[in-house]
Amino acid sequence: MDAIILQILNGLDKGSAYALIALGLTLIFGTLGVVNFAHGALFMLGAFCAVTLNKLLTLSFITIDETQKDFLGNPLKVETPYIEGWFGPEVAGTVIEWSVPLAILFAIPIMILVGLVMERGLIKYFYKRPHADQILVTFGLAIVLQEIIKYFYGANPIPTPAPSAFSGSFDFGALLGFDPGTIIYPYWRLVYFGFAAVVIAGVFAFLRYTTFGMVVRAGMADRETVGLLGINIDKRFTIMFALAACVAGLAGVMYAPINSPNYHMGMDFLVLSFVVVVVGGMGSLGGAVAAGFLLGVLESFASMSQVLNVLPGINQIIIYLVAIIVLLTRPRGLMGRKGVMED
Amino acid sequence: MPGFKLDRRGLLKSGAVLGAGLAMPTIFTGRANAFTNEPTGSSVTLGFNVPQSGAYADEGADELRAYELAVEHLNGGGDGGMMNTFSSKALQGNGILGKKIEYVTGDTQTKSDTARASAKSMIEKDGAVMITGGSSSGVAVAVQALCQEAGVIFMAGLTHSNDTTGKDKKANGFRHFFNSYMSGAALAPVLERNYGSDRKAYHLTADYNWGYTTEEAIRSSTEALGWETVEAVKTPLAATDFSAYITPVLQSDADVLVLNHYGANMVNSLTNAVQFGLRDRMVNGKNFEIVVPLYSRLMAKGAGANVKGIFGSTNWHWSLTDDASKAFVQSFGTKYGFPPSQAAHTCYVQALLYADAVERAGSFNPCAVVEALEGYEFDGLGNGPTLYRAEDHQCFKDVLVVRGKENPTSEFDLLEIVEVTPVAQVTYAPDHPQFAGGQLGACNPGA
Repeated sequence: MDAIILQILNGLDKGSAYALIALGLTLIFGTLGVVNFAHGALFMLGAFCAVTLNKLLTLSFITIDETQKDFLGNPLKVETPYIEGWFGPEVAGTVIEWSVPLAILFAIPIMILVGLVMERGLIKYFYKRPHADQILVTFGLAIVLQEIIKYFYGANPIPTPAPSAFSGSFDFGALLGFDPGTIIYPYWRLVYFGFAAVVIAGVFAFLRYTTFGMVVRAGMADRETVGLLGINIDKRFTIMFALAACVAGLAGVMYAPINSPNYHMGMDFLVLSFVVVVVGGMGSLGGAVAAGFLLGVLESFASMSQVLNVLPGINQIIIYLVAIIVLLTRPRGLMGRKGVMED
Repeated sequence: MPGFKLDRRGLLKSGAVLGAGLAMPTIFTGRANAFTNEPTGSSVTLGFNVPQSGAYADEGADELRAYELAVEHLNGGGDGGMMNTFSSKALQGNGILGKKIEYVTGDTQTKSDTARASAKSMIEKDGAVMITGGSSSGVAVAVQALCQEAGVIFMAGLTHSNDTTGKDKKANGFRHFFNSYMSGAALAPVLERNYGSDRKAYHLTADYNWGYTTEEAIRSSTEALGWETVEAVKTPLAATDFSAYITPVLQSDADVLVLNHYGANMVNSLTNAVQFGLRDRMVNGKNFEIVVPLYSRLMAKGAGANVKGIFGSTNWHWSLTDDASKAFVQSFGTKYGFPPSQAAHTCYVQALLYADAVERAGSFNPCAVVEALEGYEFDGLGNGPTLYRAEDHQCFKDVLVVRGKENPTSEFDLLEIVEVTPVAQVTYAPDHPQFAGGQLGACNPGA
């Protein structure tokens, strides 16, 4: 039982990342009709916002310490962060330690700007082009973005730890009446799950309870009619693109302490997120979230050694297997609407 | 046909002329093609086939730096580096056999087919007489086979799988780097001293060639100590989040986790294992421990503080204090501003060893080079006395057991050397079961 609870927790956690990325993907598809293969790169850019803020906070001035030697035997160059000089070591240490949560504030304007530039500068020219063209140009853009990151940050993963307050694990076992230590789960992963839930709820509330959201939903249902009513739906869809970029970016920021960011992390999530969108139903926000969590949990169970001993390799194909079964039985996905991607 | 008369004398003359005519191209081309890409001008071209893109691009960049440094030293530039400490004095700093060294580079992308294509291009289009480099066993095995077919020498870069000099060994291929068996043999006594002989190990293994041989080597050496292997799970090479593989460890009664992972796999699985509090656990009345059989400083940097206190093995480390290592670190550090990685070291050494073998053989002919390297004993290249064993073209030398440093003093100071395992302890018979199945075959000069 404790093993099952742990795998459900794992699945929900992994599903959080899938759901956040898939939510943005399906939002862009539902509003602009664009299949955005650069969405994984936006997730990666978010993670590198956390890395960048950490680097900015640790920008240092150099002093020479004659009493210590470097690896060549020369006097050691000691690096001291500027903020340590300005605010003292205690405050500076705390600020640097909390750089990942602080990066949320740092990433929001950057990701909105990236989204706006991407949509206005490139993607708007491909609205009326076939989906194959959109896929090619956005995939190309993803490669360009990851090569830029690799140029500046290198190919190796960059450790970006969570604040020490969240570095331990929570003992669910003791809470649920199991033996202590049998069901433990890292604090930061719980934070990530909670954060994903808040962001998803926020996006749904924004679309459901604001006039802006209502217009966007109307535009998603019938773009032409909304345009005939005198509403500039294109402008609102551009803002939705920026919002989707921001959601992906924030997902990346908070993911940075879970796995050290590297330039390729967006691609690792992209394909699976597309499967999530297809299983959930193209253009369906609820479907993307539900499928994200469902596939995350299934993938976790498929990775258990008890399952692998019976079905070797099932962990690598489970998501695609489920996708095939869902599409055979429900060709529009779990919550897909009629008419989407069917013209 | 009144004007044409063929007599016996005429037939003999015609036959002689025709025979000489037919033989002439063979005489000339036979000299030109004594072996593949025989250098005929004042320079010789070497091919550096390293990952310049993909997940191991940083390691590849370090390999390339080392090769450029080696070329500089071999051509007589710089401070000479380890040429000054090398036991052989055949190298004169005037290139190889008086020919200036030039080089071309290829990008393996850490993909076997891409690596073969770039090596083939360097051999056929650029005239490379030797191919070297790489940061993956899959790539090494593929490129080694290609070089064997093409008739050029392959000096492997970073490749740790037993198979490179085991079942996939080739006469034209040589490996300076250590292997999975050696890691197991070096680590086992240190693990026993620190963790005892009554342990239960859980293996997570990267699902490809290198992972299999490393798991086999570590299992074999730890089970010989008395350790029990409770589970061994293959993990996809493309996996990024290992939580689903780590949580079953919590449910088992294992008290040691062995991560047969390298590169980003190692960084992520180790980070995940620490996040799940494995290192804070007590199981079977013992502290839970993690072991990483193959360490790399570049990877350790990616894992950050998570490597502290964790044992592993490495081929070479910049903190070694022998004269050769110090000379190499000085030379590399002065040129690039940071210490070299183990990948850089093995590539630099391979370049020097090839050049030295050609000088001693007096020829670039691959078969002469093979003869010069087989059974060759040398010193002064950073690993102590070393033998290039003739039977499998594997270098035998001391192996370093390292541990993640608790209090690093710089961004490079991540690992500390716990033990220098003597070569005798990591030496095995050429027909050892972990290396069985392949034949070295005969050298191929090509052409």
